[in-house]
Amino acid sequence: MKLKYIFPFLLIGLLATSCSTDNDNEDQTINEIENLVKIKEISNSTHTIELYNKTGVFTTGYNNINIRLKNIATDAYVEDATLSWMPIMQMPTMQHSCPKSAITKVAGKSTVYEGYVIYQMTNTDGSGWSLTLNYSIGDVDYTATDTITVMQNDTQNITSFMASDDSRYIIAMIEPKEPKIAINDLKVGLFKMENMMSFPIVEDYTITLDPRMPGMGNHGSPNNTNLTYNMTDRMYHGDLSLTMTGYWVLNLKLLNEQDSVIKGEDVTEQNSQSSLYLELEF
Amino acid sequence: MKKLIIYSISFLFSGFLFAQKAETTIKKDTTKLKEVIVLGRRKLSNYRQEKTLSSIDDFLEKANKITMVKRGNYAWEPSLNNMNSERLTVTIDGMQIFGACTDKMDPITSYVDVSNLEKVHVGSGQQGTENGHSVGGGIDLQLPASKYYASGLKTNVDLGYETNGNYKTAGLDLEYSGNKFYITTDGIYRKSDNYNAGGNEEILYSQFEKYNISLQTGFKLSEKESLDANVIYDRATDVGYPALPMDVSLAEALITSLTYNYANDSTLINSMESKVYFNTITHVMDDSKRPDVPIRMDMPGWSDTFGFYNKATIKKNKHTLLLNINGFYNRSLAEMTMYPNDPNQPAMFMYTWPDIRTLYTGIYAKDDFSLGKSKTLSASLRLGYHQNNIAKDEGLESLQIFYPDIDDTTSRFLTSFSTDYVYKKDHYDISLGIGYGERAPSVSEGYGFFLFNSFDNYDYIGNPTLENEKSIEANIKANYHVNKLHIGIESSYFHIMDYIIGDIDNTISAMTIGANGVRVYNALNYASIFDVYVNASYEFSESFSANGTIGYNYGKGQNNKNLPLIKPFSYLTEVSYSTKKFNAALQLEGNGNQSKYSSFYGEDETPAYAVMNLNLGNVFYIKQNKLVLKYGIENILDANYSTYADWNNIPRQGRNFYINTSYVIF
Repeated sequence: MKLKYIFPFLLIGLLATSCSTDNDNEDQTINEIENLVKIKEISNSTHTIELYNKTGVFTTGYNNINIRLKNIATDAYVEDATLSWMPIMQMPTMQHSCPKSAITKVAGKSTVYEGYVIYQMTNTDGSGWSLTLNYSIGDVDYTATDTITVMQNDTQNITSFMASDDSRYIIAMIEPKEPKIAINDLKVGLFKMENMMSFPIVEDYTITLDPRMPGMGNHGSPNNTNLTYNMTDRMYHGDLSLTMTGYWVLNLKLLNEQDSVIKGEDVTEQNSQSSLYLELEF
Repeated sequence: MKKLIIYSISFLFSGFLFAQKAETTIKKDTTKLKEVIVLGRRKLSNYRQEKTLSSIDDFLEKANKITMVKRGNYAWEPSLNNMNSERLTVTIDGMQIFGACTDKMDPITSYVDVSNLEKVHVGSGQQGTENGHSVGGGIDLQLPASKYYASGLKTNVDLGYETNGNYKTAGLDLEYSGNKFYITTDGIYRKSDNYNAGGNEEILYSQFEKYNISLQTGFKLSEKESLDANVIYDRATDVGYPALPMDVSLAEALITSLTYNYANDSTLINSMESKVYFNTITHVMDDSKRPDVPIRMDMPGWSDTFGFYNKATIKKNKHTLLLNINGFYNRSLAEMTMYPNDPNQPAMFMYTWPDIRTLYTGIYAKDDFSLGKSKTLSASLRLGYHQNNIAKDEGLESLQIFYPDIDDTTSRFLTSFSTDYVYKKDHYDISLGIGYGERAPSVSEGYGFFLFNSFDNYDYIGNPTLENEKSIEANIKANYHVNKLHIGIESSYFHIMDYIIGDIDNTISAMTIGANGVRVYNALNYASIFDVYVNASYEFSESFSANGTIGYNYGKGQNNKNLPLIKPFSYLTEVSYSTKKFNAALQLEGNGNQSKYSSFYGEDETPAYAVMNLNLGNVFYIKQNKLVLKYGIENILDANYSTYADWNNIPRQGRNFYINTSYVIF
């Protein structure tokens, strides 16, 4: 008796599922860039290089980038290229680059490569940067260059500074991408500016953390931990506790391998903010 | 859920076991509620009430062991045996209902009005566990019983005015009572401006406005069965809290219930009452009327409760057994949004009560049996299963900042029992009682997130890992009457283990601007609370009498620290004259110096005070109708004073002339 009523619903359920499965199959060919937005295409006479990320724009700070390489003649995506890149900022009197990763193939995907670039600054209109991609397919080397637009991020998620050891460093926030009222995993990259074009990762320093809310009496939050170097992803990790949404200043101090402070100060009654800080808003 | 069912069933069985055991030993009984205070409004001829239109708060304050903690002129928080909301069970006719304010600005008593109720049942300590677990006691605000009087329509009009605060009250009751059907509806409206303390000192932000409407109806299904429905809607707006940094723009409650009654003298189960209920509260704190605040904020809160109870009275041979199986499900959610002074910064948001669900099921059994003509022994037991769940992931994650290892669910068993022995003779009676009780931490104590307490100026953080608070209690009550003299003594002692209270945590920085720091709810190993009241009265003649009460209270935690909000030495004397149509009373009421204050919890030494009040009343009969007039002067000498129970030493009302009129049309 009861089954009689349930059966039609079961049937509808089954049919509905099968329909959607069909659609999935059709989509699978272009699935490799699902949820990504194209930022820019850079072309030369033989190939078009497509650059993607989640938002479709470059901003100052950490940018994770997905890349596809299309053969213009065949319209096919190249699956066996070796790529590298060089972002350049053209200033009135000089030019410089910024921290960047190597480009690797995305695991499990056949046509997508990825890497990150950390732009430490930009012009107010987003101009100034260009990106050169050098790649080889088989034994043949190619290159492609174009200007790109890098917008200023709303908050300070990257800071470039001169430390007391007379070296210039860059600290960039990578995570949390979506901060929560919770203990967040804070992940930052620390780079040393060796010269205008080279920004190697700095290992085994320590970054202390003191998050504050200047909009509310500059109160802090409990149970934060200092950031330490992680050998696996070569970044710095620590616990960042955020007790409410809003505008937070993450006051930092940079300690070298000998644990001496080379940049930043404690937050005290007199000193409301460290000279080394990042910002976060959610 | 499965667990719950198993627990419920096991409770049921344990109840039956208890019942059977009791049947074998119990003899005669006289079921008598311990402290029944009859609200005067429906029994005006009693002259019990000084003002026919006084609020529940005013009314409760007259009870011996109850003090009202005041944060303003509205929504006072009852304290019984020197214990407040978390340690009490406050119910409306057995219905669980929980305030929606994280700062205790809306005790349950603020959501009903005298017009809704018939009487208030106060049970001290473990005698107040019929509706839930508590340490300090239970206050049950009882709705009127069904009225199948066949008396037709009765109308009651009330008007009141008080000079201090330009306080206006108006009420209207309509009651129709038939043989098989009755309906009562009433409405009451109250509005007060800022009141003046003694010496014409205006207390800013002490205004309020509220109305309350209710409807109760019932019909008889048969001679033995009836069905009752009750709806109460209460809405207060523009309520000022002079002692707090914020006011309330809305406090709204909808309280509904449906009750099935069964009564039969000839069966084993004499009466049965089954109720299902639902209530919902919305409470909105705001500071838009305050000119100077460090930061603007909104703090709304919501509390919804579903529940039921099933009560049965079994009378057999010479004993009476009361059984009560009840359960409820509550959802408490409160949030806070702060608007930075820098308009470029986004609003700051957090959950202060992160959507806490509380599920409770329990059983209560009470037996009274007589050991002879003058001796009665009674025993009660309540067993319960209590579960808290943090429903929002954000809530769990935010609490995990402080407690990384907590789970979203905490379950606990609660046990309460008490026994007392009453010995009654012509000239004296004595009752001795002991009890043991447990309570679960309240939502704020367990899960509050940066709740600012303006009393000690600390932010409070809940602690989900708290143990049950446990209390061992002993009480004594004795009365002696000879001729026209009556002397009574009443005393309770509580030894409370794992006494929940905030503990300073220096490692956490305060969130509230200007706060002294952060306290995390924790437990003292033990605390002791003691109170004793002695009262005496003498009747000079049939209409002329005098009475007086003195009280002493004591509260200390481990390491000899004073507990906060412990009443100092208090006294009340009254001479009264009353005839059938006229009554008058002159009162002197005061407290001694609060020398045992708790500076650690934000108290300072409140000086002694005394105030004098004069109350008068007349009754006139106009044809079949009745006019009751109540008038008088409160604080005749216009003393400027505050008591230990006034939040941040807010001064109380100065001299006040009042008049209440009630016109009853039959």
